[in-house]
Amino acid sequence: MTTKFIATLSSSGFSFNLYSDLVNMWQYDFMRHAFEAGTIVAVVAGVVGYFVVMRRLSFAAHALSHIGFAGAAGAVLVGLNPLSGLLLFTSGGGLTMAVLGRKASSRDVQIGTVLAFMLGLGVLFINLYKGYATEAYSLLFGEILGISSSDVIATLVAGLVIIFAIVVIFRRLLFTSLDEEVAEAKGISMMGMSIIFMLLLAVATSIAVQVVGVLLIFALMVTPAAIAQRIARRPSQGLTISICIALLATWFGLFISYYIPYPVSFFITTTVFVAYLLVRLFQSDLVHRPR
Amino acid sequence: MNSNPVISAQDLVAGYKDKVIWRDANFTINRGEFIGLLGANGAGKTTMFRLLLGLSRPVSGRLEVFGKSASRGNPRIGYVPQRPYIDSESKIEAVEYVRLAVSGTKLGFSFGRSDDERQRAYEALVSVGAANLAHRSLSELSGGELQRIFFAQALVSKPDLLLLDEPLANLDIRRETELIRLISHVVKEQNIAVLLIAHDINPLLPVVDRIIYIANGKVASGKPSEIVTSKKLSELYDSPIEVLKGSRGQLAVLGVEEALHHDD
Repeated sequence: MTTKFIATLSSSGFSFNLYSDLVNMWQYDFMRHAFEAGTIVAVVAGVVGYFVVMRRLSFAAHALSHIGFAGAAGAVLVGLNPLSGLLLFTSGGGLTMAVLGRKASSRDVQIGTVLAFMLGLGVLFINLYKGYATEAYSLLFGEILGISSSDVIATLVAGLVIIFAIVVIFRRLLFTSLDEEVAEAKGISMMGMSIIFMLLLAVATSIAVQVVGVLLIFALMVTPAAIAQRIARRPSQGLTISICIALLATWFGLFISYYIPYPVSFFITTTVFVAYLLVRLFQSDLVHRPR
Repeated sequence: MNSNPVISAQDLVAGYKDKVIWRDANFTINRGEFIGLLGANGAGKTTMFRLLLGLSRPVSGRLEVFGKSASRGNPRIGYVPQRPYIDSESKIEAVEYVRLAVSGTKLGFSFGRSDDERQRAYEALVSVGAANLAHRSLSELSGGELQRIFFAQALVSKPDLLLLDEPLANLDIRRETELIRLISHVVKEQNIAVLLIAHDINPLLPVVDRIIYIANGKVASGKPSEIVTSKKLSELYDSPIEVLKGSRGQLAVLGVEEALHHDD
């Protein structure tokens, strides 16, 4: 298996010299754009995801991507850029979730009901669309290798807005995420913070869909942050770990998929999953080791 | 020395538009006083805290905190809510939780390991004898240790009034006594007023100056010896309540369950 794997790599031009391999693949625009967009998305997903996990909103993040799917499919149907439909629907969905469901624990049923409906709506739009089925495929599973330079710029702008907003509200967001009651008693508006965060999450989800698609959003938005949460003793440490894992998985996925003709999102999801398993295994070993 | 009361309640009525939870609360609390807030489940003890924190508004009456109407985000109040759920996945260390109470209301970013906020969080932990817990995560701590961390968090902003919601819940008798002694010591030392919600009067007896007792929609306040009596509690509950005194001064209140069911 391993021999066959290496043989496949070698026949595709893999040289074991990282520098020359990267220079080689970056001469293609689609690979450069993929690395650029992938890097921005990984950083944003790592940061936003850390708060998603802390606020126990991973199901909401998953649902937002499904809502975005309906928006993107609708945009494609009427001849607009899918990203605009994604942004519109995820923002609307995020705002509704923030206003309706105050307690994360009580949101599951409402969110699940809406996400199923939205996925159905997306399927209808895709069916009505007379174009190629690849549109639906790339929305569902991501199509990072098809990103244009204007997509990269849109992703960069959205990414910078999100990071800037998080830097501004960082301490309040952390307080309301870790200690809701005390934060509220100290005068921080829970509703206000929830609305701001859900909107940021909506935009982050929209740009992350380009890389991993709506069905695999967990890979970048939740799993790296979940690993960080299990390790980090300080929030700054958690953010760093979350960003690093998302980045490494994205880079590794892109790198390996250049040589092996399987979907990038498969390699990304597999990398973060393996990392998660390793952390769980390592921690259970530590816990059960006699002291 | 400021002689104005920390809290002053006059004819205070709590509840919602169509439902009164309790009425006619009249009391004042001064600096350095340790007040127990007692009553059965659902009597409206936490509602009293929500009013003081400005998170709910009174139906009628006056409630002043430091001479002003109770309002949200009062920096002079330290608050320990009930926390039935501690995230077992999170490994964030205790000192970071404590720090939130000073840093969490600010805008901007803070990453430093040895900054002023973190130093203050350490000092608060030292003041409650929990310096050794600073780098442990909350999920690794016992109930008594957790309450010390939460107490330190309430103290870190140097409050003049502490509101502690059931800090003794789920603690064994030894830990209860330790925590009560600690709270009493800190409160006297820093001349803070404290209002502590509890189910049982006994752990509080050695330390409280007065109690506020909420029962059956009514509020009474005074010394434990004045309030926790068969006569007074029977009046409050409109039902016969018996208060028995043990050999070491401990009190047993009998008949509350029956009185509450009788209400239903």
